[in-house]
Amino acid sequence: MSRRMFSRLLLCLSLLTGITAAQDGTVLRFCLRAEPKTFDPLKVDDDSSLTIRYLTGGVLVRANRQTQALEPELAESWKISKDARQITFKLRHGVRFSDDSPFSAEDVAYTVTRLMDPELHSSTGDAFRSGNGTVTTKILAPDQIAVAFSAPVVGLDRLFDQVAILSAHSAKKEATVLGPFMVAEYKPGANILLKRNPNYWKRDAQGRPLPYLDSIRLDIQPNRDVEVLRFRRGELDLINSIDTEYYDRLAASQPAVVHDAGASLDSEFLWFNQVANAPIPAYKRSWFRSASFRRAVSGAINRDDLSRVVFNGHAQPAFGPVSPANKFWFNSRLHSELYKPEAALQRLQGDGFRLQDGTLRDKDGNAVEFSIVTNAGNKYRERMAVLIQEDLSKIGIKMNVVTLDFPSLIERIAQKFNYEAAILGFQNVDLDPNGQMNIWLSSAENHAWNPQQQTPATAWEGEIDRLMREQASATDAKKRKAAFDRVQEIVVEQAPFIYLINKDALSAISPSVAGASPVILHPQTYWNAERLTIHSTTQASR
Amino acid sequence: MLWRIARHLLAIVGLVLVGGLISATLIRLAPGFDTDERQLNPNLNAESVRVLHDARNSEHNVVKFYISYLRGALHGDLGISHALEQPIQSLLRDRWRVTARVAGFGLLLGWLLAVSLAFSVSLARSSGCELVGTAISGAFLCIPAAVLALLSVILNSPGYLAISLIVFPKVYRYSRNLLAKAYAMPHITAARARGLGELRILLWHALPVVAPQLLTLAGITVSIAVGASIPVESLCGLPGIGQLAWQAALARDLPLLVNVTILVTLVTLLANSGADVIVHMTRSRQA
Amino acid sequence: MRSARTLACVILLVVCVLSLAANWIAPAGYAKQFREAPGAPPSTQHWLGTDEIGRDRFARVLYGTRISLLLAPAAALVSTLLAAALGGLAGYVGGIWLRLATGFTDLFLSLPWLFLLITIRALLPLNASPFVSVLITFLILGLLGWAASARVLATGAHTLRSSDFVLQARASGVRGFRLFAVHVLPNLKPILYAQFWISIPVFILSEANLGILGLGVAEPLPSWGGLLRELEGMISFRDEPWRLVPLILLIVVMTSFQTLLSNETEEVAA
Repeated sequence: MSRRMFSRLLLCLSLLTGITAAQDGTVLRFCLRAEPKTFDPLKVDDDSSLTIRYLTGGVLVRANRQTQALEPELAESWKISKDARQITFKLRHGVRFSDDSPFSAEDVAYTVTRLMDPELHSSTGDAFRSGNGTVTTKILAPDQIAVAFSAPVVGLDRLFDQVAILSAHSAKKEATVLGPFMVAEYKPGANILLKRNPNYWKRDAQGRPLPYLDSIRLDIQPNRDVEVLRFRRGELDLINSIDTEYYDRLAASQPAVVHDAGASLDSEFLWFNQVANAPIPAYKRSWFRSASFRRAVSGAINRDDLSRVVFNGHAQPAFGPVSPANKFWFNSRLHSELYKPEAALQRLQGDGFRLQDGTLRDKDGNAVEFSIVTNAGNKYRERMAVLIQEDLSKIGIKMNVVTLDFPSLIERIAQKFNYEAAILGFQNVDLDPNGQMNIWLSSAENHAWNPQQQTPATAWEGEIDRLMREQASATDAKKRKAAFDRVQEIVVEQAPFIYLINKDALSAISPSVAGASPVILHPQTYWNAERLTIHSTTQASR
Repeated sequence: MLWRIARHLLAIVGLVLVGGLISATLIRLAPGFDTDERQLNPNLNAESVRVLHDARNSEHNVVKFYISYLRGALHGDLGISHALEQPIQSLLRDRWRVTARVAGFGLLLGWLLAVSLAFSVSLARSSGCELVGTAISGAFLCIPAAVLALLSVILNSPGYLAISLIVFPKVYRYSRNLLAKAYAMPHITAARARGLGELRILLWHALPVVAPQLLTLAGITVSIAVGASIPVESLCGLPGIGQLAWQAALARDLPLLVNVTILVTLVTLLANSGADVIVHMTRSRQA
Repeated sequence: MRSARTLACVILLVVCVLSLAANWIAPAGYAKQFREAPGAPPSTQHWLGTDEIGRDRFARVLYGTRISLLLAPAAALVSTLLAAALGGLAGYVGGIWLRLATGFTDLFLSLPWLFLLITIRALLPLNASPFVSVLITFLILGLLGWAASARVLATGAHTLRSSDFVLQARASGVRGFRLFAVHVLPNLKPILYAQFWISIPVFILSEANLGILGLGVAEPLPSWGGLLRELEGMISFRDEPWRLVPLILLIVVMTSFQTLLSNETEEVAA
């Protein structure tokens, strides 16, 4: 008797909670992997802040993550001057900020001025800075503004995809937004609640106001295991860039929830230290500076196995600096480095190396042994390193794998140059090669194998410098493409970076989420967050 | 008595100050001190990277940093965290409750488990029970803390369960060994010969012998629990001091780390000295 | 009781023989990558299946046993001796020395040693041989792991100082270090044993955690710590129960060890 009463009570309770859940409206729940470092959209540098900016910020133009084409948002149209120094926006009418204040050219002027403030030092701002000098804004009409730069900026319109417009007048600064959602609550270390922006301007084809969702709850959860666990339990609705292992496990039990959108822009690569005054033995430096040594190592790596064993097929062997997913900029004449250990050995013998009792020795008799550093905690990188270790042992090279915590690693590769080789990955958000100037220019900080050179150390680095500058000053897309195609060819010939694989963009989306179509570009799953819906019935019943 | 407590407090203040300086030095000397992940962002230009570098110039001389930190702390200003760009005071204020709760409950539960198992094994006086006790505590010693934390997530149990399972085997091992030793003492053999009940022997004759060391152990386990809260909080997504400490360590966040170590040192010292004072009090009463 | 001891003896013997005979039992070795079968379930070819990159888990367990079961007890011994020397002596001498020692221990317990480890890794050459790296790692663990039990030992020794039999020994003319070694130290054995047994698995696990910092066993060498860390990636143990084998094996070995030794001590005491 009492048991029956108890179960009835339980039923009532669950009904009640079901009703309240429905009244609360629809919530999309997913995880951020780290605490966002800032809520100021202009200072964004980390993934978590990027997510918040994408969901809350209103931008003038948006690169459609599916078509990779630019679309008008707060700007109805725009025009770039012939010399690529000036862009003029015609702004949308009747748009209001989340605090009800009207949006006008003044806000754009304020945002651009703050963004280009030399004291700000943000990557968003630096992307616009191709030369010295200041930026001027000119309000032509309440709905028209011209932004003029002192030097030509290529791909100028596309850069505005990253610039969330701030309110010039609101006292609450970052909290006043033009995007589909706004930050309603932040519990440091735990979660962030985004609420629907009631003043969001966009409407769907039927004229209904967007976004459909009432709120988004972002849980701060660095651990991937826990994330997957909670997804399985129905506490989360999606996982962005899920790990291969979990992808396969989910695929085995719930094939409908996982999505492999194909190769992404992210690449994994290894490189050798070529810095002139690095604290490594001179004979090792001379190996690392030899293109045939680097090409041989590249040819001795079985990339198909990397993709198949480490990523269970959810990665593609890499061709070169640009992922095939970057449709316009990828050089289709390049071929993936084929796995040919014999050819690699021949190449090395041509350079004076010889194989003796299973050990490769250089022309002075030094056994070829080097260490490779990578960041600790990235299982896939560690596994790739172990596979490469075995591949190289087949041509007599001894490679030691050392994992380091990130700050130690950065100090070694970027400050003290006290390392021999490294494996890292590059998360590419930008399709345009202009965003990679700081990698390819020999004088740049991120020219990883030999940064901050006064003059190019080699002829081919000089050639890359010239081509990169050429593409940065040309306004004609064809000319730029030709120059960057040549850069890609040189990089493959000289192998300063030995590209390994391009990871697939993997994600998991709960069946209760409707309207999702994952893409390869960041943010893969929720790029169309304002059009996502949740079946509240399924959510409540779970 | 009062003088004794005062002397303890004075020693604590001294040790905390020294501890803060040593940890600041350890952090400063560790590689990667003035690096920032953002350095590798290709979108930042040379000027911005230089600014990132210079951000920590004021911390290069540890002694200078420490003195200015102490001066600020006297005025109630604990500095600003690099990693989270927030005042440290508010970070600690928001989070200490979580850790106090998780570590506190974990400690309590762990001790309860350990002591009840140790007592039952002692009362049962069978080698089978002994073996079971050894195996159970051994199992929890062998499971990585991260796995215990994951287990508590899987079981949807609160985070303190994981901490209690980390504390439990250690306390069990010590207390079981101490009790076994006590049982081998002549006065217990004599008591048993007189036909006293096992429970009475345990509570009246064995426990008083091991009490001082168990009390000291209680003080020690506080620092074990605080240490365990680092992986447990990070994995279970609990916004406490442990999680904060981990973030700070990864980012070489000197101001935040110094504050966290000082806090941990303070708690450790208070717990240990507290245990000492109690031990001393009971001892002088016995005498 | 005797049967439990015999069983423990047999288990340890089998484990020892197996790990020493690893070269014959698992001729392919711990590093051979069967790339056609990564993450395979147990089969006649791979008794415990393979790991994520296709290495035979059984071979890795056998070879890992050699390193972990040799070095972890050695490090545990170091830390136990340190604890006995520092905690025991200070507690026995008492007075200002006791206060200094407890202060030092308390401080030691709360310092962020992680950064010392990171610094040590930076001082080692990147091409350090795996064995040297493991040796150093366990040595550090031994040197850092003594504080907690030293604190308990100090209290124990201090209590003993005023106990009847120590007073008796003192009265009969036994003094100084001899008194400490013969009358005090043996009575601290329970804590020393506890410290020793707790340290072994804790050090085995810590070694794996230090792998993150580039210390510890370097690839492709296996260690028990590394095998146990595989458990971290498992969402549910039901899918792949064989992955629990290294854990169970470690528990069995530890329990056997302890059964063997604790009985001996009890008999000696009796």
